[in-house]
Amino acid sequence: MAVEIPEDMELVYSYPESLTKVRTHYCPGCTHGVVHRLIAEVLDELGVRERTIGIAPVGCSVLAYYYFNMDFAEAAHGRAPAMATGIKRVSPDKVVFTYQGDGDLAAIGTAEIIHAANRGELFTTIFVNNAIYGMTGGQMAPTTLPGQVTTSSPTGRNVQTAGWPIRMAELLAELPGVAYVTRQSVLDVPAIRKAKKAIKLAFQTQLAGLGFSMVEILSTCNTNWHMTPVEALEWAKEHMVDYFPLGDTKMTDAVRALKEGK
Amino acid sequence: MAKELWEGNAAIAEAAIRAGLEAFFGYPITPQTEVLEHFSKRLPELGRVFLQAESEVASINMVYGAACAGARVMTSSSSPGVSLMQEGFSYIACSEVPAVVTNIMRGGPGLGNVQPAQGDYFQAVKSAGHGDFHMIVLAPSNVQEAIDLMVLAFDLAEKYRTIVMFVADGSIGQMMEPAEMPPMRPVRPPEERAEWALTGAQGRKPNIITSLYLGAENMERVNIRLQAKLREIEKNEVRWKEYSTEDADLLLVAFGTVGRVCQTVVREAREQGLKVGLLRPITLWPFPGQRIAALAEQVKGILTVEMNAGQMVEDVRLAVEGRCPVRFYGRMGGPIPLPDEILPELEKLNAEVGGEEE
Ligand SMILES: Cc1ncc(C[n+]2csc(CCOP(=O)(O)OP(=O)(O)O)c2C)c(N)n1
Repeated sequence: MAVEIPEDMELVYSYPESLTKVRTHYCPGCTHGVVHRLIAEVLDELGVRERTIGIAPVGCSVLAYYYFNMDFAEAAHGRAPAMATGIKRVSPDKVVFTYQGDGDLAAIGTAEIIHAANRGELFTTIFVNNAIYGMTGGQMAPTTLPGQVTTSSPTGRNVQTAGWPIRMAELLAELPGVAYVTRQSVLDVPAIRKAKKAIKLAFQTQLAGLGFSMVEILSTCNTNWHMTPVEALEWAKEHMVDYFPLGDTKMTDAVRALKEGK
Repeated sequence: MAKELWEGNAAIAEAAIRAGLEAFFGYPITPQTEVLEHFSKRLPELGRVFLQAESEVASINMVYGAACAGARVMTSSSSPGVSLMQEGFSYIACSEVPAVVTNIMRGGPGLGNVQPAQGDYFQAVKSAGHGDFHMIVLAPSNVQEAIDLMVLAFDLAEKYRTIVMFVADGSIGQMMEPAEMPPMRPVRPPEERAEWALTGAQGRKPNIITSLYLGAENMERVNIRLQAKLREIEKNEVRWKEYSTEDADLLLVAFGTVGRVCQTVVREAREQGLKVGLLRPITLWPFPGQRIAALAEQVKGILTVEMNAGQMVEDVRLAVEGRCPVRFYGRMGGPIPLPDEILPELEKLNAEVGGEEE
């Protein structure tokens, strides 16, 4: 739908072509929608929508394929990185990304993400960390904070018995095949703008064939945290950012050069 | 092409390559490792994809991904590895993408051993994964047939957009036999991938490949469609081979390596004056039950021989529906039933059904 823009005006906002025009099933206040939009804007800006293949996880974003206007597959729980590997290896000219939650990526799919990253697979992972299993009703996730109450840690996560939250961005940064890993958030507007830049750099890293790229995004789940959307944003800023510090954990020189436009 | 000496596992891999395989993803396990090793050498030199995955769970999901992208793809494993792949089988079946998996079966349960066995019949034929589905299951009994069925496996997988399992026991995988390879088929170029495949939504609506269907009615509709396809496969794709059944009084039913042993048994039994025939299923699913039922009208008794505790015999009995006695002889965990063991079982059956030796 081309909009006619008068000569003395500038288009500053429009609906991304990479999103379908449907209402999502996400809870009011959920940040999945924000992350979807950022990815869509980036794919539009890079002009790659028509050669992008996305892979949806099992989790609240299981139906992401309804919201992105591009080819999509729905993976088994945690297996998106393996599927992405299969797709990218037989379609090296396509842009491939996985969209995964913390249960999907950091619990059941830990082996798949580590090995895909370690092989330097040329796809991008968008990792939405909301510190909980949203879809199944708020159980403890591998990223649930110490002491955090969930339906399966009713007295708070006890690290003696349940272990510590996993910092995936730091863990993957250790692997030589990884070109770019960063942790961002969508907890306020400046953070959202930064997250978009990071997502763009991650896809550019893929397009330049520099190695595996992942953007971890600290998000909220007001429904299962039993908070209002605003309280949830505040809680995440107060508690999650301490344990999961924001910023790049890995940026190879080649990616830095790409970022600086060299 | 002239006959050459081929080891079963290498032959299976080479046949897949000749059939236009574009990518292989797998994990080492005896007694199928030579399949993976053959691919590791040949595929890169042909400019095709070989990847040693971190597990069989990853392998099958890589296959799932590559199949969604419209490529000819397979994985290969042996019993314990195949168990790990079952999640993927179910997703692939529901998503209706074509994929080929070989299981070079070994002794089990558990870690078992690396001896030839047929203990995975139930798994392949009846319980490939959660939910209602069947894989097409092909069972060769020698190296030449393994080659021919490997080529067929890809054609069936694509024709029906389904998962095809190729089951052989370790002895077929490891034996050397003269066999003829088919000529090399060209690899399908990426621009000719199927219209349903994930190739990027360029100038068309997005393609979505999923196995998620929320709502009872939705999921039932998908199941009805899948079942209709399975009925179609049952109608078109049943394959078996018969030996000396025209005048048989007793029928042997056996597949794979034992199916081959039983050809010797037929000869020896006939030398002894027992009119024995053999039906060797080549597709374990769909099962040649109708033909077995027809033969059950003719023969006085059936002996099923397997390298397990008696699995296919259940399908034989279902087909025969009491028309004649169905007996079983099997060895488990590695031993291959030999003619010397099978012949007395036939004599016992002959006595039971009141037959005479001529
Ligand atoms: C093999 C398997 N085990 C368990 C489940 C159930 N399950 C569905 S979603 C989910 C958790 C998802 O949590 P997360 O990845 O954090 O995503 P979120 O829902 O929070 O966005 C689980 C355990 C499943 N679908 N498949």
